[in-house]
Amino acid sequence: MTTTSVKPQERSKAAPAASAAGSKVYRPYSNWFFLPSAIIYSVLFLVPTFASLYFSLTRWSLFDSKFVGLDNFKLFFQEPALVKGFTNTLIYAVVTSGSKVVLGLLLAVLLTSQIVARGYLRSVVFFPVLVSTIGVGLTFTVLMNPERGLINGALSVVGISGPGWLTDPKWALLSVAAVDVWKGVGLATLIYIAGIVSIPREYIEAARVDGASSWETFRRVVLPLSRPATVTVIILSLIGGLRSFDLIWAMTQGGPGFTSDVIASVIYKQYQAGFYGLSTAGNVVLFITVTAIVLPLSWFLNRKEVDM
Amino acid sequence: MRFRPGASGLALLAVSSLVLTACSAGSLGSSSDSSGGSVQITYLIGNQDQDLKNAQQLVKDFTAKNAGISIKIETRPAGTEGDNIVKTRLSTGDMPEVFNYNTGSLFQAIAPQKNLVSLSDQPYVGNLDDNFKNTVTADNQVYGVPVGGFMGGAVLYNIPIYKRLGLTPPKTWAEFMANSAKIKAAGIPPVIQTYGETWTAQLFVLGDFHNVAATEPDFADKYTKNQAKYATSPAALKGFEHTEAVHDAGYENKDFASAKLPDGLKMLATGKGAQYPILSGVVANMIATYPDAGKNVGLFALPGDDASKNGLTVWTPGANYIPKTATGAKLDAAKKFLAFIASPDGCKSQTTAGAPTGPYAVKGCALPADVPQAIKDMQPYLDKPGASSLALEFVSPVKGPSLSQITVEVGSGIRKAKDGAVRYDEDVKKQAQQLGLAGW
Amino acid sequence: MSTAELVNHRPARKWALSAVAILVSIVVFVIPFAFIVLTAVKDRQQSADLNFAWPHQFRIVQNFVEVVKARDYMLVIAFINSTVLTVASVAGMVILAAMAGFVLQRRKSRWNGLINFLVLSGLIIPPAVVPTIWVLQKLGLFKTLPGLILIEIAFGLSFCVLLFRAFVATIPRELDEAAVIDGAGPFGLFFRVIFPLLRSVIVTVVVVQSVAVFNDFTNPLYFLPGDQNATVQLTLYNFNSQFSTQYNLLFMNILLITIPPLIMFLFFNRQIVAGMTSGAIKG
Repeated sequence: MTTTSVKPQERSKAAPAASAAGSKVYRPYSNWFFLPSAIIYSVLFLVPTFASLYFSLTRWSLFDSKFVGLDNFKLFFQEPALVKGFTNTLIYAVVTSGSKVVLGLLLAVLLTSQIVARGYLRSVVFFPVLVSTIGVGLTFTVLMNPERGLINGALSVVGISGPGWLTDPKWALLSVAAVDVWKGVGLATLIYIAGIVSIPREYIEAARVDGASSWETFRRVVLPLSRPATVTVIILSLIGGLRSFDLIWAMTQGGPGFTSDVIASVIYKQYQAGFYGLSTAGNVVLFITVTAIVLPLSWFLNRKEVDM
Repeated sequence: MRFRPGASGLALLAVSSLVLTACSAGSLGSSSDSSGGSVQITYLIGNQDQDLKNAQQLVKDFTAKNAGISIKIETRPAGTEGDNIVKTRLSTGDMPEVFNYNTGSLFQAIAPQKNLVSLSDQPYVGNLDDNFKNTVTADNQVYGVPVGGFMGGAVLYNIPIYKRLGLTPPKTWAEFMANSAKIKAAGIPPVIQTYGETWTAQLFVLGDFHNVAATEPDFADKYTKNQAKYATSPAALKGFEHTEAVHDAGYENKDFASAKLPDGLKMLATGKGAQYPILSGVVANMIATYPDAGKNVGLFALPGDDASKNGLTVWTPGANYIPKTATGAKLDAAKKFLAFIASPDGCKSQTTAGAPTGPYAVKGCALPADVPQAIKDMQPYLDKPGASSLALEFVSPVKGPSLSQITVEVGSGIRKAKDGAVRYDEDVKKQAQQLGLAGW
Repeated sequence: MSTAELVNHRPARKWALSAVAILVSIVVFVIPFAFIVLTAVKDRQQSADLNFAWPHQFRIVQNFVEVVKARDYMLVIAFINSTVLTVASVAGMVILAAMAGFVLQRRKSRWNGLINFLVLSGLIIPPAVVPTIWVLQKLGLFKTLPGLILIEIAFGLSFCVLLFRAFVATIPRELDEAAVIDGAGPFGLFFRVIFPLLRSVIVTVVVVQSVAVFNDFTNPLYFLPGDQNATVQLTLYNFNSQFSTQYNLLFMNILLITIPPLIMFLFFNRQIVAGMTSGAIKG
């Protein structure tokens, strides 16, 4: 790092001379600034990613690797858990990012209004974002215990017998998604608050003067103007949701059975089992899936934004 | 240099913290102190309570006799997470001088010929139990010494409940189900299942292997060669069917889906549940928490179809190995440590640390007189010829990684028995190909 | 902050809404944390009940000491490791990403498309663990703290570059031109003029990334194995072993490792929103 950052200084000495010469070509934005990032990023991210393309074609045991062509991909797609994992991944990503958009926006509107204890509310909503995912996962696993957990305990007081949140195949994935929303909604709220706060006051006042109700002001002014925030929330939480692993692993490990497996946890299980080639192939599949969903979506959303 | 202090300060911070990390926190512990001139080696074990206690006692007793050697204990997660760490550290040449790991198929998967130091030349090898030796042998070289005793994969049962209801330990599956029906009628959950820890779900399948081998003696061999399958062998399929039958009959405890091993042991020891198919390795831990369980909990082998062929499926103990990366004085120290473990003194030391899980795999090691009833119940099976077999994972290198999840699905009614067996056969295929076995 | 007040100002409604909001926030957000704290101070038997009952006895000190002492003071080592890891990698990310984001926004060249694509890839592509280990080994950085620091920087760069790029767009180019006329070179321009102006987005990056690095679980697990190198998240393993689960110690541990993010939060609460306002939403 130290050696690379010396170079820009040398350039900086030469640069004023160039500008003094009145050259219009001169730009004070040196490509050297990319160098340190580029080295670290290439060596530790791009190289392994490209290497993974090769290793995904091998049967790899860490001790040696044997080229097997596309066998890993065939195997991976035959993996019955994968189909389940695929749909689960999509459900999980859509549910979490959808909930974060809706709840985040509602909370942001609430928390930018004249409400009592606003500072406290903002703090408690945001705080889970900062807590360790593993810690949150372990805590909620205990709270969601079907027999002794606090949640079903509370429900039974009002006469509802709660399901096995993490042990019932129907609920497991959604329960984890709910915890994901619980932990992540603070960030979405924050992004929305930032968006709403930056809406010029005059717009809202103008709407008021025109006699618009709160709802109309929200729909006609706040909603369209917080669109960039919506784009950010959707893209960030979608990427997070598609790649999500930590929380699912801490809470259900893909269980019961394979019912809450997502692509990332299928990959991880192959990895654990020592099927490194197969796991790396799964990695490639996940990477293609995420790219195929997020890139067009982000392009589409950003393009519309320019149109407005 | 003419930038602002603020900016350069930050840059400096970044650089200096990178430099600082060259001397990372290291050890603050007390046990790492080694006196001058002595050898220090590290011993890597699983992080479970009992393993740790056992290791600490072994280290204590060994270092008391060998003043020049100090041993530092390092722990790793158990289960598949641990498998991964062991493999990674071996392949990166980063394995401590002594490490504890499974025997049998998992041992074969860490490429022993390439990664481990052969112990065949050690004098104590002749004292090791032959069954055990086979599970740590690759290419005629022995690589490991046993830690802990043999374990039975069997049903632990609550003796007072059996007495009260006038039941006797079953020898066939029909008797087992009949007993269970009576226990259920008495208002007690007959079969304890704890799917909160998925590995515990496999016992009906894995623990049934003696019955499979008794019916189809060449199953293991054919299985390795891809000629026999769980789904197509009627005897092997039984394990999956039993898992399903227990669920269908409603014999499981109500919280089977979320309960964990400690919950299961609590139910068994306190009479809130009657029968628990599990490894006898858990007995020591149960007795540590519930001392009465020493006499109140007994053991019988998983019942099959034929009472005359019924017998116990046996797990060999885990072993300690030395990686090839250990050299010089450290290698000598590691070998001395293993020699101690494989001696009667080593067994004594382990008995001090906790109740044994079963007979030791070292000749000349006797079990103490006060062993728990459940462990005593294993002895008749082991003494009688043909009444015990090693579990499949010790006689065939083939073992799929997803059996625990599959059996959870079968035992929770998510998947049918036959379907589960088919699924497991698929799972096994990947592993056999990875190992490069012939015929797959 | 009170620009967009959408909810009406009729006092009765306001109070009702506030009351509901506070009540819901207590149930949804405060109770889980209260549960962590309560369980952390219980004794082993009571904590195994997993309920919300008031502790029979407060074992704050004993549990604290037990957690800290466990496995030869592993938690203390872990805290030192995590602090060094977090400070070094976040400092690295801030400087490198600010430089890259600045030039990326200002300089239009035919490479921009490619660079933007690479930046976005970093956000999208899940890192391939085994090949990364393989590369680190070749570099002799596997299982070293500097290795892990570089890994965290590499994986975190994309997000930071996006934030910085978006924020730099809000800084008028006239400033650059004025600085250049005053004789500033590329390096001087960046560190003397631009970098100080990035303050609010830097705070955001520091908060977001230090929380991410501090809470990271998977990367330390694979790129920095070994007890001597444990980071705080890995210490959770200590108390969640298979054979016996000591919930009181587990939750005491969760409580302790939540304190540094809490301090971070108390310090930067206000700035986070400010930074987001100007940075994130335009990304």
